[in-house]
Amino acid sequence: MNDVAPLRPALSTARPISLAILAMGGQGGGVLADWIVALGEAQGWHVQSTSVPGVAQRTGATIYYIEMLKTDGRQPTLSLMPMPGDVDIVLAAELMEAGRSMLRGLVTPERTVLIASTHRSLAVSEKSAPGDGEGDPDLVRLAAGTAARRVIAFDMQSLAERVGSVISAAMFGALAGSGRLPFDRDAFEAAIRAGGKGVEPSLRAFSLGFEAARGPVSPRPLRKGIEKRFDSLPDQAGHPALDALLARIRSGFPDVLHPMLFAGVQRLVAYQDPAYAAEYLDLVVAFVAHGLGEAAAKYIAVAMAYDDVIRVADLKTTASRFARVQDEMAVTDRQLLATTEFMHPRGEEVVGLLPVRLGRAVMGRPGVFRLIDRVVNRPRRVRTHTVFWFGVLYAVAGLRRHRRAMLRHAEEMAHRDAWLAEAMRLAPVHPRLAGEMLAARRLVKGYSDTHARGLGKFDRVMAAVPLLEVRADGADWMRRLVLAAQADEQGRALDGALRTIATLDVG
Amino acid sequence: MAERSFSREVQDLRLGAGDELHGEGILAITKALLQSGVSYVGGYQGAPISHLMDVLADAQGLLDELGVHFESSASEAAAAATLAASVMYPLRGAVTWKSTAGTNVASDALSNLSSSGVLGGALIVIGEDYGEGSSIMQERSHAFAMKSQIWLMDPRPNLPSIVAAVEAGFELSEASSTPVMLEVRIRACHVHGSFRTKDNVKPAFTLHDALNAPKRDTGRIVLPPASFIHEKDKIERRWPAAVAFIRDRQLNERFGPQDAEIGLILQGGMYNVTLRALQQLGLADVYGESLVAMYVLNVTYPLVDDEVIAFAAGKHAVLVIEEGQPEFLEQAIATLLRRRDIQTRLSGKDVLPMAGEYTAEVLVRGLSTFITTHDRRLLGNAPPVPDPGPTLAEPAVAALAKVVPPRPAGFCTGCPERPIFAAMKLVEQELGPRLVSADIGCHLFSILPPFELGATTMGYGLGPASSSAFNVTSGGRGQRPLSVMGDGGFWHNGLTSGIGNAVYNKQDGVILVVDNFYSAATGGQDILSSRAFNAGRATNNSLVTAIRGIGVKWVRHVNRTYNVAQMRDILREAFTTPEGGPKVIVASSECMLNKQRRIRPLLAAARKAGKRQVVERFGVDSDVCTGDHACIRLSGCPSLSVKHTDDPLRDDPVAVIDESCVGCGNCGEVAEAAVLCPSFYRADVIHNPSWIDRTLAALRTRVIAALQRRRAVARVVFA
Repeated sequence: MNDVAPLRPALSTARPISLAILAMGGQGGGVLADWIVALGEAQGWHVQSTSVPGVAQRTGATIYYIEMLKTDGRQPTLSLMPMPGDVDIVLAAELMEAGRSMLRGLVTPERTVLIASTHRSLAVSEKSAPGDGEGDPDLVRLAAGTAARRVIAFDMQSLAERVGSVISAAMFGALAGSGRLPFDRDAFEAAIRAGGKGVEPSLRAFSLGFEAARGPVSPRPLRKGIEKRFDSLPDQAGHPALDALLARIRSGFPDVLHPMLFAGVQRLVAYQDPAYAAEYLDLVVAFVAHGLGEAAAKYIAVAMAYDDVIRVADLKTTASRFARVQDEMAVTDRQLLATTEFMHPRGEEVVGLLPVRLGRAVMGRPGVFRLIDRVVNRPRRVRTHTVFWFGVLYAVAGLRRHRRAMLRHAEEMAHRDAWLAEAMRLAPVHPRLAGEMLAARRLVKGYSDTHARGLGKFDRVMAAVPLLEVRADGADWMRRLVLAAQADEQGRALDGALRTIATLDVG
Repeated sequence: MAERSFSREVQDLRLGAGDELHGEGILAITKALLQSGVSYVGGYQGAPISHLMDVLADAQGLLDELGVHFESSASEAAAAATLAASVMYPLRGAVTWKSTAGTNVASDALSNLSSSGVLGGALIVIGEDYGEGSSIMQERSHAFAMKSQIWLMDPRPNLPSIVAAVEAGFELSEASSTPVMLEVRIRACHVHGSFRTKDNVKPAFTLHDALNAPKRDTGRIVLPPASFIHEKDKIERRWPAAVAFIRDRQLNERFGPQDAEIGLILQGGMYNVTLRALQQLGLADVYGESLVAMYVLNVTYPLVDDEVIAFAAGKHAVLVIEEGQPEFLEQAIATLLRRRDIQTRLSGKDVLPMAGEYTAEVLVRGLSTFITTHDRRLLGNAPPVPDPGPTLAEPAVAALAKVVPPRPAGFCTGCPERPIFAAMKLVEQELGPRLVSADIGCHLFSILPPFELGATTMGYGLGPASSSAFNVTSGGRGQRPLSVMGDGGFWHNGLTSGIGNAVYNKQDGVILVVDNFYSAATGGQDILSSRAFNAGRATNNSLVTAIRGIGVKWVRHVNRTYNVAQMRDILREAFTTPEGGPKVIVASSECMLNKQRRIRPLLAAARKAGKRQVVERFGVDSDVCTGDHACIRLSGCPSLSVKHTDDPLRDDPVAVIDESCVGCGNCGEVAEAAVLCPSFYRADVIHNPSWIDRTLAALRTRVIAALQRRRAVARVVFA
């Protein structure tokens, strides 16, 4: 090292193009990074990539970072990590990862092209909530509109799946399509070919990604899930009992309620029979006058189509279910399919099938109940594709004819009637609260312990009605209680909300 | 066999003089070792140097040709002890591990090694697991260097510099009779770049030469009075020799105008990020031209006092850029300036944060404070620094904080450890919560949702020992604690410090050994109890035999962890049996990530060849599922998710299993054992069915279809 002071050097203004890839372990972020490196190097650029894999590879969020520079022949010094506010291209392999890139400040309107797949892969925290814990995807779209210089966003996952490839190939296509890197399409494709693995499917996904990135930007908001399917009311159903139901809907209810009522009637006819659906319509009618027709039409149907073993056996044995499983498992003609159900009936389920008086008698004799429980309460691997097990389920499904006489049915109907009576009582004076009480039915779901827990939450929410009916904002509190009840399994949030209500001044 | 194969990349290790190698940092380090004429290498896997071990394993053929012995050490202590070969013989050796976790384990051997001193070059490549992506406590390896007088290199993070440091490291070690640590940070290990290669060098003096001419010298053994002489030798001979070597070979580098008003003294590893920060301030360019003087310490211990003084003297102020804490370099430089009565202002942790990774963002802030204070003119024409602040403050962007979920690493799809903790959850529901001591390994993901089991981690293989104090449960005066330990930790030291300790102290606890056939968390390397055949290693050693051998009376072995009911029952038995002493459960099933990698090609080939094959996958009947997600709270499997349906009567999303399902069976077993719901089904798709399959299926289909038609006809429903 010489100690002679050098002249003040003129600084080069060259700056590298920087790319950050946000992916989850197993999504092929590393493959994408390798392609980009190969692409740049093949074009004579200096490319440096880094990553922080380690344990993050195990399904966690991972970030890969690449810088590339067309040098003047000297060796450049590139950075090993993205600097917030200084990233040219962000590639996010999932919608919320795109959100994360923005939260980290990697996306800024001065320079960043955000290329994101809009599909969702739910995090554990989102899917383990007893209700709907999924984050609102449209918030990411709105933020991207503010944060990014340009947004290229579409469902790259399903695009890639459509051609039997992986998301990284579609993303590489979108990167090429963005035009942000000064290389032509052939150069990108050459990088895929040079990689040598799954070249043809990758090129197909690449091509789709490329085209989609050049297409128009969709202005549509992102929605969770899919649209609800409402069948339009048919003119004729081909059976007098069904036609009678249709006629009742048409003549007895306002048009806006027809889709939901028809959904309810369809469900209950399949669940039990046309008479059961007629009983349902009788119950809904009373609520229509108070403007609660929609909620009543939905939740009375839910309550009446409660989950029991007959319904499960029925759903598991229909021809359409067999066809659906074939389809979902993509079984070809040259393959065979065998299905095994994992069931665990308990004494309660069996006793629930007994006629009301007999069932009550058994429940009143713990010794007898225990005996029954000991015989039936064990895991059953039900091999539905075999004649024997199909026959068992088929027979259970056939008990549908006798359902109305069974203990479980009597209990469900008593519970339903008490709930509806309470809602009806409040409907004239506090219609919004009554509506929220109807909607609280969503808490009751599942089987065995899960069902008991849901029912318990429902009953505790209902027990708060006397405190709420004296409040102007009672309906809002009811809605909050239902949300709180779904926040966690044990009902801790519900406890908290109930305590809060107990301390409220009468408002 | 490890999860990532480097068989293609290791071909590049054969490149000769003048060739160009493109690859990752770890590949460059391996090549540098071979260019340096190393005789033996060893180490223990762990990010970020796991891949270094994998590269070495995959390069076995080349290593044999060059006469290099490669050892997959049982622990970092074993790896460090391997360097004993260089104490008496002119053999170059290198070992590697994750630091500081591994250095902690190795430090007994390291202390002895550095006291004895070495004849052959001894290099310790440490992956400094600090900052983003780190999986361990945030500490510095620098402290180990200082306490044992091991020299510490921290080269600039580009491949040519790293390669040069490896080569110089051996020479420095030999010139000063001292082992040398070479520190590479996480990103440097994985950085992709290129460098000019040299020919590989076969060691002139071989391990056999040493074996056949054994030497000893009591003076090199750490025992009084030699140990006192060692300490003096370190200070009087080895240290000055090292300083002279570093100075003469100019291992530390200077950049920018050395006569500038202000200067930066930085660790080599901080060079790229510092340069980027200077660039943002308009004081440097991408080619390394800088308006600020820099003294880059590629060797951070020992310091070359005269170089530091030459750099600092005459400057108005210097800033020490030193990542992590405590600020050892800054303290040393402060002492030095004070002793020599140099009045240059010293800055460091006053303008830079004491703790945490030095990102470009952090350095821009610190540098501007420093420069504004000491040489404001420099910043006259500074361009605006990229600032995400206004964007982050936008309400639309800030709103994301509420919806972007945390996404920590977790159990993979089909992981055999998931059902173990699902069973634990079920037992917890029955018997109540208990104290759970966790360990290091994939099983540590149990602390996260949905399981949330495990309260402490005290180090690799130390799970059982960390329950020791709670050995007060006899007579039913408390719930027995559960300690978890992986097979990796078990062989690393857990057999003695965990199980032996529990036997000897008659611990009335439960120890769960999670056996997934690999050192899975570090990348699927083989260990003693791996079930795979490994030509170079002795695998298939039984955990259960070892556990019985060390004196445990109550041992249960679950050979298929997916059997949740069995797992639950054995756990319950362990918690409730009157038997005293440690209750040890070995839960074995192959790591699914590695299993899939192993069997996928085999299955595909067999299927193609027309062999009968049953492929299992799970599904959920969406109209049976009620959307409570209790199954997810007992699983958290990536392939088990939820989706909204088009059913207008449903508010909540239902469970769904995607095509990434590997059919491990956990869903069904959990639904069964926890009495959840009957919506799960297993679909066995039979490829290349036999004629028996086909005949039976045709018969069944006829009967079933007839019954289905019969019911459909009798039923009144809307079409």
